[in-house]
Amino acid sequence: MALTTSAAGSSAPSSSARPPVPAALRRKRRRETARTLAFLSPWLIGFGFFFAYPLISTVYFSFMKYDGFTAPVFTGLKNWDYVFNHYPFFWQGLGNTLWLVLVMVSLRVVFGLGIGLLITKVKSGAGFFRTAFYLPYLAPPVAATIAFAFLLNPGTGPVNHLLGALHLPQPGWFNDPTWSKPALTLLAVWGIGDLMVIFMAALLDVPQEQYEAAELDGAGPLQRFRYVTLPNISPIVMFAVVTGVIQTMQYYTQAIVAGKVASGVIGGSGEQFEPGYPHGSTWTLPQMVYNLGFQRFDTGSACVVALILFALSMAFTSLLLRRRAGFVTSED
Amino acid sequence: MTLTSTPALAKPVGSTRHGDAVRAARRRAALHWVAVHSMALAAALFFLLPFVFVFLTSVMTDRQALTSDFWPQHWQWSNYAKVWQTPGFLSWWRNTLVYAGAGTALTIASSLPVAYALARFRFRGRNLALMAVISMMMLPPQVTVIPMYLFWAKQMHLTGTLWPLIIPMAFGDAFSIFLLRQFLLTIPKEYTEAARVDGCGELRTLLRVILPMARPAIAAVALFQFFYCWNDYFGPQIYASENQGAWTLSYGLESFKGAHHTNWNLTMAATLLVMAPVIVLFFFAQKAFIEGVTLTGVKG
Repeated sequence: MALTTSAAGSSAPSSSARPPVPAALRRKRRRETARTLAFLSPWLIGFGFFFAYPLISTVYFSFMKYDGFTAPVFTGLKNWDYVFNHYPFFWQGLGNTLWLVLVMVSLRVVFGLGIGLLITKVKSGAGFFRTAFYLPYLAPPVAATIAFAFLLNPGTGPVNHLLGALHLPQPGWFNDPTWSKPALTLLAVWGIGDLMVIFMAALLDVPQEQYEAAELDGAGPLQRFRYVTLPNISPIVMFAVVTGVIQTMQYYTQAIVAGKVASGVIGGSGEQFEPGYPHGSTWTLPQMVYNLGFQRFDTGSACVVALILFALSMAFTSLLLRRRAGFVTSED
Repeated sequence: MTLTSTPALAKPVGSTRHGDAVRAARRRAALHWVAVHSMALAAALFFLLPFVFVFLTSVMTDRQALTSDFWPQHWQWSNYAKVWQTPGFLSWWRNTLVYAGAGTALTIASSLPVAYALARFRFRGRNLALMAVISMMMLPPQVTVIPMYLFWAKQMHLTGTLWPLIIPMAFGDAFSIFLLRQFLLTIPKEYTEAARVDGCGELRTLLRVILPMARPAIAAVALFQFFYCWNDYFGPQIYASENQGAWTLSYGLESFKGAHHTNWNLTMAATLLVMAPVIVLFFFAQKAFIEGVTLTGVKG
């Protein structure tokens, strides 16, 4: 990042010689640059040391055989070949991530919008309902996951007890490969408070006169939603989808804790437990970095997975940096 | 207007229609109210019942917690005392508070000047810097963890402590920088200019003028960061797991479940104790929190 603010003193004078910059101004500019650098310094150090350096280092190790103890040895593309062709969980984990992105993100956005609409229509006890809908989002992920492991416990959990009383099928949830991802989705939909709040703010920002005009034109509630509400909140919906996808790429804590708790492993250090329980149905990319790097001591392959994770996250982040669907970064 | 004898026209036409219309509209409004509020109640049940079940199970006897009963026969409050007496439980609390407290303070101190520079100073590469901040915000921690772990373990010999989690927070947190910048953009330039006319330097302007005005945003960022540390599982798992004395609540809770795998009552009591502080904090700082969430959202 070039932070030079002075254009003067460039060693190659152009043909149309500019008037020399007065010394006082030059000094002022240099002072400004120094001041900017001083204010930015914590983050510049952080960016260099906690982002740029480890990223380059990760690229370096992805071509090395390294167990963390003996000296690293260059192996070319062997780690990449191992991850793509021999590591048993890679494609399954990618498939799980795709499933979670499609199902979890869409359900969270649809329900978040639904709850947001509902809360804007509530006239009595709005404060109570807002708090009730928001509370689960605050529950720490580990605590929420353990609570759900208990609620959805196939043997004695209250959920299956209720389902049984209603003569409905009682899935094995976190213990059944077919139902483990739906169980995680249920947990994610429960913690929808963050989306509710941003949708609520967006819905309250829709100009009231547009609704009135639509009503005069004889639009029913569904048409009003379709032609007034949706166009007005579409940027927020986009934002929710993109950030949802990025968060789901990073899906880690709930998956690994749910697997550990449901498999009945004695917790603590993770060496006895490989993630993915049951039958690899809860593997995600971040868990592979942990598994390869900290359980199998295969630093090189862990770095390969980390780079793939980085590429995927950045691809979606670039969508956020575009003006239409992302953060407003201009000064207006 | 003469009154005709036809009964159908006994009443003026308009008023009948009008009265009916008003009644129908009232009925519609009432139905609408009932529909909305019964849906809201159903939703509230979905969101709150898990907490209720967790609580009811947390006061059951060991034996009853293994059945699928909903309602405790004997309210065994001593479960909570038992959880407190679990070896290590108190130190998990202490570690979590240290991590969350120090992490939050360092984050605010290091992120505010950066956010101020990004919001107010003009310099080449500012947009690039902003994009880099947003990219870092979205970066999964697992991407850089391998080299960072090697650094903290081999160069610094600090694994088994919380230092590898706390120290980085002294160098600006991308999410906090972004949020603070969003807020600082909304402060009119006149304030800073007035301060400059009065002969304040930039640092004094920031501390004397901007800081008091940015209090709500700072509160929101502090809350978010506190929650982040409180909820963090991956960080302690990587850096603190080798030393039980450095475990945090999130990490310890999981091992608690492992050690008491037949005692759902104790596990649920411990789970509620980990949830409680965050929820209590939210009730005290609800406004700041909601403000922070809406700050992340996009306007227009």
